[in-house]
Amino acid sequence: MKKRIYRNPVGVSRYTGLLLILPFIGGFLLFTLYPFICSFVLGLTEYDNIRPPEFIGVQNYRNMLSDDNLLNAIKVTFGYAAVLVPLKLVFSLLTALLLSLEIKGIGVYRTAFYIPSILGANLSVVIMWQYLFTSDGLVNQFLEIIGAAPVSWYGNPDSAIFIIILLRLWEFGSTMIIFLTALHNIPKEYYDAARVDGCGAVRAFFAITLPQLKSVIFINLVLQTISALQEFNAPYMITGGGPLRSTYTLGMLIYDEMFRYYNVGYANAVSWLMFVIIAIVVFAMYGVTGRLREDKT
Amino acid sequence: MKKLPLYLFLTAAAVVMIYPLLWLLGASFKSNEEIFSTIWFMPEDIDFNIYRHAWQTVTPYNMGHYFLNTFGIIIPKTIFAVISSVLVAYGFARFDFPLKRFFFALLMGGMLMPSIVTVMPSYLMWSKLGFLDTYIPLTLPSLFACEGMFVFILIQFFKGVPREFDEAARIDGCGTLKTLFFILIPCIKPAVVSIAVFTFLWTMNDFLNPLIMIQSVEKYPLSLALRLSVDSTGQGYEQRKIITMSVIGLIPSVAVFSLAQKKFVSGITAGGLSG
Repeated sequence: MKKRIYRNPVGVSRYTGLLLILPFIGGFLLFTLYPFICSFVLGLTEYDNIRPPEFIGVQNYRNMLSDDNLLNAIKVTFGYAAVLVPLKLVFSLLTALLLSLEIKGIGVYRTAFYIPSILGANLSVVIMWQYLFTSDGLVNQFLEIIGAAPVSWYGNPDSAIFIIILLRLWEFGSTMIIFLTALHNIPKEYYDAARVDGCGAVRAFFAITLPQLKSVIFINLVLQTISALQEFNAPYMITGGGPLRSTYTLGMLIYDEMFRYYNVGYANAVSWLMFVIIAIVVFAMYGVTGRLREDKT
Repeated sequence: MKKLPLYLFLTAAAVVMIYPLLWLLGASFKSNEEIFSTIWFMPEDIDFNIYRHAWQTVTPYNMGHYFLNTFGIIIPKTIFAVISSVLVAYGFARFDFPLKRFFFALLMGGMLMPSIVTVMPSYLMWSKLGFLDTYIPLTLPSLFACEGMFVFILIQFFKGVPREFDEAARIDGCGTLKTLFFILIPCIKPAVVSIAVFTFLWTMNDFLNPLIMIQSVEKYPLSLALRLSVDSTGQGYEQRKIITMSVIGLIPSVAVFSLAQKKFVSGITAGGLSG
């Protein structure tokens, strides 16, 4: 076996780096690994946060199969993510393409598109969003002006979820910035060479831009999917999960089970189910979009 | 002038993006009838009285109290996050050590961990330790470089600084930490600013964590105070108060973003997130 050589400057111990990352190791153990294991163990118990937990094996998981509320929340959450994430990615990529043009004053536009995603998660903005969609709110007033029929946004199971989807879509700035950076890093020579070979803009997009963006698309896809599957703030504040549980997400269900009904064991079992679902989704995406670029640390 | 259609399109799109925020600002000055009868954001007349009322809130404390609470969380959290992320990123970017690849994989994997999985057990942990209803659960984790994204951004920036800098510093007698503080940190300032700004904005926006950890209204940060106000108001005049409170609540974020905007946007676009 070859002995590993540590490439460090002369006089630097191989433990210096380890010492520097100690906060991370501690944090990982305390705030990721420990809660993660804890969650799994509690998921196998019945626990109300008062009496000691009672081990019940996989009963919580068995109960899930007949929990209408949970099955509905899974359906709502996945439906929501399946509409939001592709829309958001396409939207961000197209905008990033426009904003990557080197024209005068483009910085102002970049900022304008970016601001909603900076403020969007702020509760103030969530409250504002709620007002925009009331029966005589800004959106319906606008629909009236262009001659369309006003929509009862909150009264209708099919439209209520769109209030949330539109809010999150409006915050496409952070995804867009990541695309913008990646676009910026594609060598200009590729496009020059393509032009010389008589390649049009559309073909250059599919032959050069998209393949070059592969790893960034993957990162954005994963990050956005994870955050969409965890959606809590917006339905909690804006729709309260209604009407007819049409915006009742998994995040809200976990919160309710934990803090409203004190089913701590069950809440943790659902959290764990969610972790497994997210892990499966991420691995599936990893398979579909191809290997992430090898990281050279 | 063949770029004119592009400018028109971008301007129209930018207006759509920003309009809701303008509308919110305008609505804070409007009467209820005016809010719901015109889509034009400019109010008929500007009367700052409503701001005086809104500052008092509909809760037992005024906005100033909630601002102070929020800053009591944000300031330590930002300092903790910057120090710990810089140290960890420095370790990953500049040194070789046992199990490096393994720890790096953990860092990346940790970013994919949905926070909703860890939030319930964390709550139970803090409750066992007796730290519920204090700011410790909200600030202390930042001391442990808990935001993998920050470390990742910083690593990319450290890599952009030539290693010759470190070597020169070392020859001149700088130790590991001196090199970091006097040579490297000045080189990656935009990234450090970005991290501080992100921590500020995210903490301003954070809702779930304070909702779970903080129980007494006296200790509420701004986001919880807003929710409490929404829950405890009916229709009519009080609604305007909520809108105005929302506007006031956005001021710190807007101010910090505008102040740091140049460094901040360059920090996130200058290759940090390019993976």
